[in-house]
Amino acid sequence: MLSFGIEVLNQGLAYGVLAIAVTLTYKILDFPDLSVDGSFPLGSVIAAVVLLKWGSIPLALLLAFIGGLGAGLLTGFLHVKLKISNLLSGILVMTGLYSINLMIADNRSNLPIFNVKTMFTVGAWVEKLPLDLQPWVTKFYSTLILLIVIVLLKLVMDWFLETKLGFLLRITGDNPQLVIALGEDIGKTKILGLMLSNGIAAFSGAIAMQMFRFYDISLGSGIVVVGLASVVLGTSVLSFMKSWKITTLVVLGSILYRLSISVALALKLPPSNLKLITAIIFILALVLNNKELRPKFLKGWDKHA
Amino acid sequence: MLRLSNIEKRFYVGTPHENQLYQDLNIHIQDGEFITVIGSNGSGKSTFFNIIAGTLQPDQGSILFKGQDIAHLPEHLRSRHIARVYQDPLKGTAPSLTILENLSMAYNKGKKFNLSRGVDQSLLEHFKQELKSLNLGLEDKLNNRVGTLSGGQRQALSLLMATMVQPELLLLDEHTAALDPKTSELIIDLTQRLVSEKEITTVMVTHNLKQALDVGDRLIMFHKGQIVLDLRGEEKRKLSVMDLIAKFNELNLMHELNDSLILG
Repeated sequence: MLSFGIEVLNQGLAYGVLAIAVTLTYKILDFPDLSVDGSFPLGSVIAAVVLLKWGSIPLALLLAFIGGLGAGLLTGFLHVKLKISNLLSGILVMTGLYSINLMIADNRSNLPIFNVKTMFTVGAWVEKLPLDLQPWVTKFYSTLILLIVIVLLKLVMDWFLETKLGFLLRITGDNPQLVIALGEDIGKTKILGLMLSNGIAAFSGAIAMQMFRFYDISLGSGIVVVGLASVVLGTSVLSFMKSWKITTLVVLGSILYRLSISVALALKLPPSNLKLITAIIFILALVLNNKELRPKFLKGWDKHA
Repeated sequence: MLRLSNIEKRFYVGTPHENQLYQDLNIHIQDGEFITVIGSNGSGKSTFFNIIAGTLQPDQGSILFKGQDIAHLPEHLRSRHIARVYQDPLKGTAPSLTILENLSMAYNKGKKFNLSRGVDQSLLEHFKQELKSLNLGLEDKLNNRVGTLSGGQRQALSLLMATMVQPELLLLDEHTAALDPKTSELIIDLTQRLVSEKEITTVMVTHNLKQALDVGDRLIMFHKGQIVLDLRGEEKRKLSVMDLIAKFNELNLMHELNDSLILG
């Protein structure tokens, strides 16, 4: 039971990074960005190749992030400069990235990294700890690392969204006309937001890949729906915690999402049903989010906040 | 300060609906003027604003702003000097940001939007003073989201934000048309006060003939893309609502006569 809980928590936290990325586009920029489906595995494959070649964890994470920035730049360029619709821009980048990801992995669709050190590998220092502590540290090490990463990311995002540039991003999704009235180029703001979001999504891909110790090209398929489901779960089911920051809510949403998936699997539903389950959870969350459709016993759910 | 010369504008070019709005529009807005603009639907009032603000490009002609040709300057760069308040109160503010956050952004117009803190607490008193002058009690709601305010409150805020950093030209696009009569009056009073206090050159489009006569020192009437009336000072003061209605009827009658001549 405990290891079941830890696994759910770890996955929820790793994909919580993705949820923050998706929040930036869907919630803040109001841009339905599908390119995340390509930038998530892009981060995974970059990190896998770097770890296999050079074994440097910071470099793996950094290059994955930069790769994601590039993907976002491309989506933004297609939409802002070439005037392609937002949905289509994302689909095009996602499609193109599939081949790029294959190329980066030298035309292989998966790369195992079982024999290299990852950010979750417990160092030799653990042996210096008291004997009765060692198994606990080993057991919770991944969770601890993930917690540190997600808390840091959350704090940085919270800070960023309170800066002048962060305000500009929020206004872009809120009232584009006002960005123009403030004398700023809304195209640039959109591109910046897309870059950041895809950078973080790729970063999330790099983390998830290290957790699985395995890169697979299909890691990203439908991942945008996973991220979005977390966002919607976080902001609907947890809407009674109104005073909480959205970055916290979506990470909790991600854990909630993992929990529902794991429970479904524990109930012996075949893994092939996973996407269907995701879709159903998503629909449920959307219904909960809609004030008119909300079931009677949940009416007033978020009023007592 | 702003001179539109030989402006030509066509819509739906190359379709059966092709419509030439302006053939040769010329207008000169002088420093310090407060112009009210009237005209029936489709007369070219809105396009006039869209061409000044850069939302639309003219097909021909030049737009000189303080001696500089701005015809090819993008909208967002023009808006650093030319502020605009829309008919829709939702267009001038960001609903999910608080009043304080909205004001802070308006205050930062023309400066860099960088990684410094969005809200500068040292400006709090200044903002409170500005809000107090609106007499809407907004100074006590600084941390409320703008989305929770009424249309009139949002429009007052839009006006305050548009003039927070002194614009050289202020465009008011029927900015009281979506409000109830009482709020509309309040916004007009506020407009007159802000414009005279800050001495902003202003152009106001309105559907309300009385408003067009009571406010400002020059009146322009558009009809079918042409300026059919342009009165200043004493001439404008002597004008009554009845005169304007008579003018409208005369124009519409002429229009119908033209049509029947052609059809006949």
